[in-house]
Amino acid sequence: MSAVELSPLHRPQDRLRRRRVFNRGMEALAWLAAAIAVFFLGVVVWSVAQRGWSQLNLDFLTKSQVQFEPAVPQGLANAFAGSLVLVGLATAMALPFGILIAVYVNEFAPRPIRSAIGLTLDVLAGVPAIVIGFFVYGLIVVAHGQSAYAGAFALAVIMLPFVYRATVEVLALVPNSLREAGLGVGAPRWRTTLGIVLPQTIGGVLTGTTLAVARVAGETAPLLFTCSLAPNGIHWNPSGAIQSVPVAVFELSDSAEPSDHARAWAAALVLILFILVASLTARWLATRSKRKIMRAGR
Amino acid sequence: MTSLDATTDAARRPFPGRRARFGDLILQGTAGIAAVGALVLVGLIVWKIASGARPALHAFGLPFVWHVVWNPVHGREAYGAGSFLFGTAVTSIGALLLATPIALGVALFLSELAPGWIRGPVTALVETLAAIPSVVIGLWGILVLAPILRDHVDPALHSTIGFIPLFGPSSYGSNVFTGIVVLTIMILPIIASISRELFLTVPQELKEGALGLGVTRWEMVRGVVFPYAGGGVAAAMILGFGRAVGEAIAVALVLGDGLGIHLNLFDTGQTLGGKIALNYQGSGSGLETSSLIYLALILLVFSILVNLLAQLIVRRAARRKGLAA
Repeated sequence: MSAVELSPLHRPQDRLRRRRVFNRGMEALAWLAAAIAVFFLGVVVWSVAQRGWSQLNLDFLTKSQVQFEPAVPQGLANAFAGSLVLVGLATAMALPFGILIAVYVNEFAPRPIRSAIGLTLDVLAGVPAIVIGFFVYGLIVVAHGQSAYAGAFALAVIMLPFVYRATVEVLALVPNSLREAGLGVGAPRWRTTLGIVLPQTIGGVLTGTTLAVARVAGETAPLLFTCSLAPNGIHWNPSGAIQSVPVAVFELSDSAEPSDHARAWAAALVLILFILVASLTARWLATRSKRKIMRAGR
Repeated sequence: MTSLDATTDAARRPFPGRRARFGDLILQGTAGIAAVGALVLVGLIVWKIASGARPALHAFGLPFVWHVVWNPVHGREAYGAGSFLFGTAVTSIGALLLATPIALGVALFLSELAPGWIRGPVTALVETLAAIPSVVIGLWGILVLAPILRDHVDPALHSTIGFIPLFGPSSYGSNVFTGIVVLTIMILPIIASISRELFLTVPQELKEGALGLGVTRWEMVRGVVFPYAGGGVAAAMILGFGRAVGEAIAVALVLGDGLGIHLNLFDTGQTLGGKIALNYQGSGSGLETSSLIYLALILLVFSILVNLLAQLIVRRAARRKGLAA
């Protein structure tokens, strides 16, 4: 060994140290990345909470928008009511449709059809929301004008892949022994499916639906072309256009009026709080239902 | 509720017989119709967008895609997607370049490094970031982020690395760079949470085997985790990219609605989705509306291709893993 003079970099203990230092460096970068992600979330939520909180009062929640009247105390009650109608209608459209597709795929469909439908819904999930808005514009709005029905339909198209995926995933978890038990006592297949298999999936379907509702409640793009030109005041009739929270935030944030910005922040805070509560509920439902299915399988 | 009557009726019989099979037929039929309905729905979307774009397709043809013009003045109407295609490409690629390393860092942190008590809360936080609506990120982007970038970050970047043409002089807070930052915040949690799940599927014995050979943790990640999860990470990046390309609301608010192709990131710009979103009040002529739908058609075709590509990668990776197991 002594004949060859090793350069310091080639001494094994130094190389090991170098590798360790490099490893430390990469670990530090991973910590930094996590810190950056948490920082940005914190900053966004903090900005919204700080600016929105002071605006949240009874007037904001119970009075509605009056355009071009800055002196009148204004709220966004019309947008809250509208969002409620839109999301409710969308859920009513997407939920049965999504569950039925999932039932067909998991319980009846032959393998090639199964993957074709799965792929189709994956593609649908990837279609930009603004394109779906334009699609509904061409399909309904051009002929019949803007309405909450059109807006809700656009939202339902966005919800559909979520509901489908959630249902099909829990259906796959339901143990075959339950299906066999149903058929074994002589129940026909449809009764086994509706009476034994589907009830097992309620928790999972609720989780998926809650997540889909949280997602869709904040969607602006599909509503711009289908349900954005709403008259003043609270409206419950879905055959006309109604205001909604995300569209209100979009319009108010594009305005030059500082009082409009203040209301945009408050509406954004309400939206974030709603989504936070919905996500937490979904998480709680998910753990509960998984435990239940596991127990049923035993 | 005739079906309920049928239930009790059929159940009372010793042999369910024809009525039960009739019930099977009804359930399978309705479920099958719903499934076909999903296929029809996607077909209808493609057809409706394509037919809405037809007048613009007739008037401008394929060169629409790269023409840099948007002139709604009556009599001299001319439209092209070039400027918005460029804006979409720059903002999405920029966001992907910024978001991917951070997202992979977050995913590695959550799957390999984080102590137990940090792991749960940070995972939940990252998923919450993914759930914040784009309109709220856009609101924050235009009222909070844009002024900060305009007053502090943009001038600093221009004076230090301004010799790169990307970092030219800045004047507005609403510019392409702000759009890139906003999109980064939106796609980071998507790439991070998918990658985290992939990293967790790497078999423990492979990781322990590598560590047992005396490699450092980073070398184990590079030699075992990345090759194992590589395909999935690529798919996650593609999905994040697709999301950035299709985003309309947040970028419409922060990009400043500019026209033209320029290298300077601190200049205004516009994306395909943003251009569509800002014209929602529909005051334009028929040809302008049709041209907007042409923009949507470009987005639609792109999103379908991107998703098929991601699915292909995922399925291939799954099959390879299935063979290896």
